Amino acid sequence: MNIHQPRGDVSGRTLAIIEELKGLEGPLLPIFHEIQHEFGYVPQDCLPVIARELNLSRAEVYGVFSFYHDFREHPAGRHVLKLCRAEACQSMGGDQLAERAKHLLGIDFHETTPDGAVTLEPVYCLGLCSCAPSAMFDGEVHARVDAGDLDALVAEARR
Amino acid sequence: MTTKIYIPRDAAALALGADKVAKAMEEAVVARGLDVAIVRNGSRGLHWLEPLVEVETPEGRVAYGPVKARDVVSLIDAGLVSGGDHALCLGKTEDIPFLKQQTRLTFERCGVIDPLSLDDYRSHGGLRGLANAIAMEPMSIVTQVTESGLRGRGGAGFPTGIKWKTVLEAAGERKYIVCNADEGDSGTFADRMIMEGDPFVLIEGMAIAGIATGATKGFIYTRSEYPHAIATMAQAIEIARRAGVLGPSVLGSGRAFDMEVRTGAGAYVCGEETALLNSLEGKRGIVRAKPPLPAHKGLFDCPTVINNVISLASVPIIMDKGAAFYRDFGMGRSRGTIPIQIAGNVKHGGLFETAFGLALGEIIDHIGGGTASGRPVKAVQVGGPLGAYFPRALFDTPFDYEAFAARDGLIGHAGIVVFDDTADMLKQARFAMEFCAIESCGKCTPCRIGSTRGVEVADKIAAGIEPEKNRELLSDLCNTMKFGSLCALGGFTPYPVVSAMTHFPDDFKPAPVAEAAE
Repeated sequence: MNIHQPRGDVSGRTLAIIEELKGLEGPLLPIFHEIQHEFGYVPQDCLPVIARELNLSRAEVYGVFSFYHDFREHPAGRHVLKLCRAEACQSMGGDQLAERAKHLLGIDFHETTPDGAVTLEPVYCLGLCSCAPSAMFDGEVHARVDAGDLDALVAEARR
Repeated sequence: MTTKIYIPRDAAALALGADKVAKAMEEAVVARGLDVAIVRNGSRGLHWLEPLVEVETPEGRVAYGPVKARDVVSLIDAGLVSGGDHALCLGKTEDIPFLKQQTRLTFERCGVIDPLSLDDYRSHGGLRGLANAIAMEPMSIVTQVTESGLRGRGGAGFPTGIKWKTVLEAAGERKYIVCNADEGDSGTFADRMIMEGDPFVLIEGMAIAGIATGATKGFIYTRSEYPHAIATMAQAIEIARRAGVLGPSVLGSGRAFDMEVRTGAGAYVCGEETALLNSLEGKRGIVRAKPPLPAHKGLFDCPTVINNVISLASVPIIMDKGAAFYRDFGMGRSRGTIPIQIAGNVKHGGLFETAFGLALGEIIDHIGGGTASGRPVKAVQVGGPLGAYFPRALFDTPFDYEAFAARDGLIGHAGIVVFDDTADMLKQARFAMEFCAIESCGKCTPCRIGSTRGVEVADKIAAGIEPEKNRELLSDLCNTMKFGSLCALGGFTPYPVVSAMTHFPDDFKPAPVAEAAE
């Protein structure tokens, strides 16, 4: 994953996304997903544009944006490592794995390494509970992750 | 003749290297000039054997697993293409005990067919239920679903037919079918497996629901954590549309039904049906007070059927083989089959579809084979993060909605997470409160504030601060949350907490260190 820095005009590209999706029933979440896909996060400059186009208040639009864990206010690192923190993974040593990840990266959950390489995020269930513990690295799923697997993922992210 | 080799594309198989196996297989068969077609099927649900590679032979499919990319050459050398013997050979797939003991109705085709081949789907009995439904009066379809005894597989266990009847009878220009595929419970993956392994069965179930209730539009609301399911469902919908299974005239009936997939954004509470509807509408995923019921005023205030994936995916076989066929499986008021998901610290994890009524201990010890760590089982959590922790003493509980309720538990979406004796049940109780605090939608006070206070009280118990008083306080808090919360998130968080306290009291005793300090 690359850091997406908004190039050129954020509101122009936001308008294009809104134009494409506003015919949907309940278009706001699809619009946020598409904006995050486009920019890597949801630049706050988009919010008034969305509000105007969908005839909502800015407070409503911000309220929806801030409710959902997925939507980022700031860009993530070049790589995103999500570790499952839910019960099935806990039963197979997920907590120790999380501690190891934090230690290796020198950051806590919801943080990005100072070099911008990796963002560490918790996830509550990837649906791989029969082969726990599990992780998602840049959208790819990994199951039965042990310390060695984790070290390899972190090394790959650091490269 | 071209030999078919099956390598799953299910996320669990992919997470264990199925794509690498498929690539290695592709290269190996090309290098040797073998006449082989590789089919990317769903998972059979034998997850400890994934990636499970199968080859079609005149005697039936032969399985190999767990296969790693580096095993491929030796498998080919051993004659995999004709079902040859190898250390990883498991014999005929259907003879593997874990599969052989199952009753596969909803998951009949999952792992068997190419998930995106409508021809495969048809040739394995698909679309017969929809064809039957089209020839019937809406009320007859609803009656058939009601008589099958099918109850909501999302966890609430409400009779599906009754829900449909309410929507059929509700007045409204526009009605919706919403599929709750927001499968956020830890220990569950049945919805994901169906969407990835047999998406047409869900499409067929939703189309039947539409024909039965007069709804013309469907939404599948699923999770951003399930990218593979989203992609497969979206492709399947497109294929179904092109083939006239969806669209202005479903199977040429002149009745319209179409659908789309929508993706959530990481909020667990959106699995609650009214929060889900708000999220679909583009709002914060805040729980709505009921009434009005979604069946009367649901999505955009229109009459809406909202059912779980497995409920909807069980409808086609009911419409194909009849209500009595389905109802004849099961026990008591729990009719039909249930896909039990065996997860966590377990030797044989995976999906096991069976008639209701199997004892919990049978599932854990015999089918699941005990813990993966080889240590004794301490507790199992049934029904996701809002489900109770059961000790071995309750392993005689039959898998049935009422039997679990009678023991202060719930079957929920039928996920079971196994813990060995290293588990600290106070820590698990604290996590239940913490999870509720993270995921609370914030609308009602018992859930929003109670969960935060619950974490604090659990921490005090762990630190040995007035343990007796704080245990009492935690019980009292659970009581308030259970009876004062608006939805199951706050209302059911007490299940894991109270069950942990009741069945594992030793874990809630103050640390001996604190005693020694006095």
